Amino acid sequence: MTFATELPTWTALLIAALVLLGAGLAFTGSLGLLRFNRFYERVHAPTLATTLGAGCVLIASMIFFSVLQTRPVVHEILIAIFLTLTTPVTLMLLVRAALFRDRVENKPCNEVETCAVPAAKNRPRSGRLAPSQAEPMKPLTHHPDHGDKRDHR
Amino acid sequence: MTANVLLGSLTLAQILMTLAMACATFRMLHGPRAQDRVLGLDTLYVNAILLLLIFGIRSDSTVYFEAALVIAVLGFVATAALAKFLMRGEVIE
Repeated sequence: MTFATELPTWTALLIAALVLLGAGLAFTGSLGLLRFNRFYERVHAPTLATTLGAGCVLIASMIFFSVLQTRPVVHEILIAIFLTLTTPVTLMLLVRAALFRDRVENKPCNEVETCAVPAAKNRPRSGRLAPSQAEPMKPLTHHPDHGDKRDHR
Repeated sequence: MTANVLLGSLTLAQILMTLAMACATFRMLHGPRAQDRVLGLDTLYVNAILLLLIFGIRSDSTVYFEAALVIAVLGFVATAALAKFLMRGEVIE
């Protein structure tokens, strides 16, 4: 750990603050993932880590290597761009899959006991699901892709 | 003095990231349904990227950056494939 003595004071303090902020935000996001009750609430929590937490840590890394090597080191921006581009895509895919699974099982949300408490809040969603419940749904004892007439690309 | 502050905050950040990874691992192992497990895996990937970056700052080497980038790419592919699997029942149709 000889590098830390070469750093100017403002750089060391700035890096310390940014790293602590990023790690704290990532921990908050993961704690939210642990503590929230429903899946659709849990999806929101880790995005705190992927946007602001990753941004703080990446900026701290950029400042650290730029000051230490006395030239601009910006290759961390690759990770920032990649995380920013891919996180919404994957989470939208995941939420659509979860919504599909919940609708197949005729459950508006994934945990019945937590959905039963705010009954008024879930009313419009179950009302929107009513037409699909009115028509007799196919018994989905197996996966829906096995026997249907959709063309498989 | 400032070196000690930087070292202490890096250590604290590493402890926080380890706790965050523990939370994500618990959700991945204990999640009520499959989508919770996939979400925990995605969070675990992102936390591993951040932990590797902090470790790279601490050990003053840019070697860990490539590992973090590979984890980012593999995490995207893994989560997209698992979401496709949850949606359709198979990954490549």
